[in-house]
Amino acid sequence: MTTSFTTGAAGSSPSSPGPRPRSSRTSPSATARPRRGRSARKSRRPPHTPLNPRPSIPLTLVTGVVVLYTLAPLLWLVVNATKSQRGLFDSFGLWFADDFNLWDNVTRTLTYDDGVFVRWFLNTLLYVTLGAGGATVLAVLGGYALAKYEFPGRRAVFAVVIGAVAVPGTALAVPTFLMFSNMGLTNTPWAVIIPSLISPFGLYLMWVFASEAVPAGLLEAARIDGSSELRTFFTIALPLLMPGTVTVLLFSMVATWNNYFLPLIMIKDPDWYPLTLGLNAWNAQAQTAGGQAVFDLIITGSLLTIVPIVAAFLLLQRYWQSGLAAGSVKE
Amino acid sequence: MTLLSTSAQAVRPPRSRRRRPLGRYGLTGWGFVGPFVAVFALVFLAPIGYAAYLSLFRDRMIGGRSFVGMDNYQQAVTDPQFWEGLGRVGLFLAVQVPIMLGIALLVALAIDSGRLYGRSFFRVAVFLPYAVPAVVASLMWGFIYGTQFGLVGNLNDTFGLSLPDPLSPSLVLASIGNIVTWEFVGYNMLIFYSALKVVPRSLYEAAAIDGAGEWRIISSIKLPAIRSALVIATIFSVIGSFQLFNEPSILQKLAPNAITNDFTPNLYTYSLSFAGQQHNYAATVAIVMGVITAIIAYAVQLRGMRKG
Repeated sequence: MTTSFTTGAAGSSPSSPGPRPRSSRTSPSATARPRRGRSARKSRRPPHTPLNPRPSIPLTLVTGVVVLYTLAPLLWLVVNATKSQRGLFDSFGLWFADDFNLWDNVTRTLTYDDGVFVRWFLNTLLYVTLGAGGATVLAVLGGYALAKYEFPGRRAVFAVVIGAVAVPGTALAVPTFLMFSNMGLTNTPWAVIIPSLISPFGLYLMWVFASEAVPAGLLEAARIDGSSELRTFFTIALPLLMPGTVTVLLFSMVATWNNYFLPLIMIKDPDWYPLTLGLNAWNAQAQTAGGQAVFDLIITGSLLTIVPIVAAFLLLQRYWQSGLAAGSVKE
Repeated sequence: MTLLSTSAQAVRPPRSRRRRPLGRYGLTGWGFVGPFVAVFALVFLAPIGYAAYLSLFRDRMIGGRSFVGMDNYQQAVTDPQFWEGLGRVGLFLAVQVPIMLGIALLVALAIDSGRLYGRSFFRVAVFLPYAVPAVVASLMWGFIYGTQFGLVGNLNDTFGLSLPDPLSPSLVLASIGNIVTWEFVGYNMLIFYSALKVVPRSLYEAAAIDGAGEWRIISSIKLPAIRSALVIATIFSVIGSFQLFNEPSILQKLAPNAITNDFTPNLYTYSLSFAGQQHNYAATVAIVMGVITAIIAYAVQLRGMRKG
């Protein structure tokens, strides 16, 4: 059954309202450019129902203002990373200077002070790999256990963990620092990595996710077949838990990559700084009398700091959705 | 402990449908959750206990550590520096949180309405700042605020204006509010949007057939449906406001006159402990702050869960 589509190139609202045979919806789209989303579908209803809205230019413009607000500072950062110190002071902030200094700036950022920026970058990678990776492992194991095993104290574990979230993390910082310094852990990578291992939000997310993604029947079947609990977890549960795992990993990665307060307290030795602390130190140096002002390096370094995390973010962005949805569905 | 159990109710985990008898798998369950609990005890529970212990003592140059009972607490609740900081974050919370959540909600509703061109672009673009570290966000905005080579300076030079200095003592709190809004508006938007996505579309259809318009559907169906997401986002934002530290701490270098060492309770705790070596008193202020935060978060939750 063929129906002639009259959808314009812009895929705007249908021009012929009125009932259509149901089967006309089987073809996804007969327009020259297949479009995703509901706007492509031919509606059988008048165009003004909430289910089949017409894209609205005013609403798009209003929401566009918010997007301008979120993107403009990042644009400022990109533009100003191409300027020399002099260009920073001489040219307009949202447009390029006469000279294009980006590559020079990047080179100088990476080599300044014997390449300390590279060292900070590697430190950050270390903290993110061990901290966020470990946090994900603990959250997946814990969430799976809370969802799929009845054990004494299960509810208590959950109540305490959720309750602890209400305790301001920064309020714990001072006593944690004193404890760690008594243990001799301060000024070592462990002081940053160990606290990063706990993600209460991640645990909750995995609990919700595991409850829905791993059917109890599968686990029973594996037990009847004589599979050990660990083997069942690795061969059956883990593949099913993958989407949730990636979500938790993303959140932990952003949290550890962006961490500032924890390393600020724990680490005094610049050799163990993560990027965030390093940039802060450069800024402090630029603001002190007699210190070398390295504004161009701070701006370029800031850009280099966000490039990897933004790239990871854009590549894996569909996983954010599933994670936050899992967290918000349950009443 | 009532707080703990009720916050657990706010985000209740799904009950597993079949309750298996205890015994055979009890140990296995602990085996899986054990590593998390062990590290959690080390980095959450132990510091809380240690802070409570520290708050009851005082270290003196002469005589060492001595038990002082509630003296530190008495000092904290009558400490004008602490109350000033608390007043500042209270004001910050009252203004910034509604603005941020309001924008987040509007964008979420706009994207969910299906009336935008380029929906997924909007979703990603608004969420993007969440990936930017607080240090970078504060430095970036701090430079933009700057009158030297920032945008404010540019605008003044280009148009001969004399815009007020965003980093002056009277405006710096609002400037910090703008940075925090920029960082987290997308995160909250995504929480709301995710909650909206799971509302059954058939409800809208039924409402439309009954003659409800767009606004009526939003106020009578969408907002009640995402109530718990609104409450959770509010609680997170309240806790975040009370913990305000990163942004003022970084901007301090750019605006040393505007941001003092007791600007927020957390900055105050930090400078007491690391500049003044008053660890006991710092631990006390942190505990008082934690209790106040917990009470306010709990109040928000009670208010939010009340029907009607």
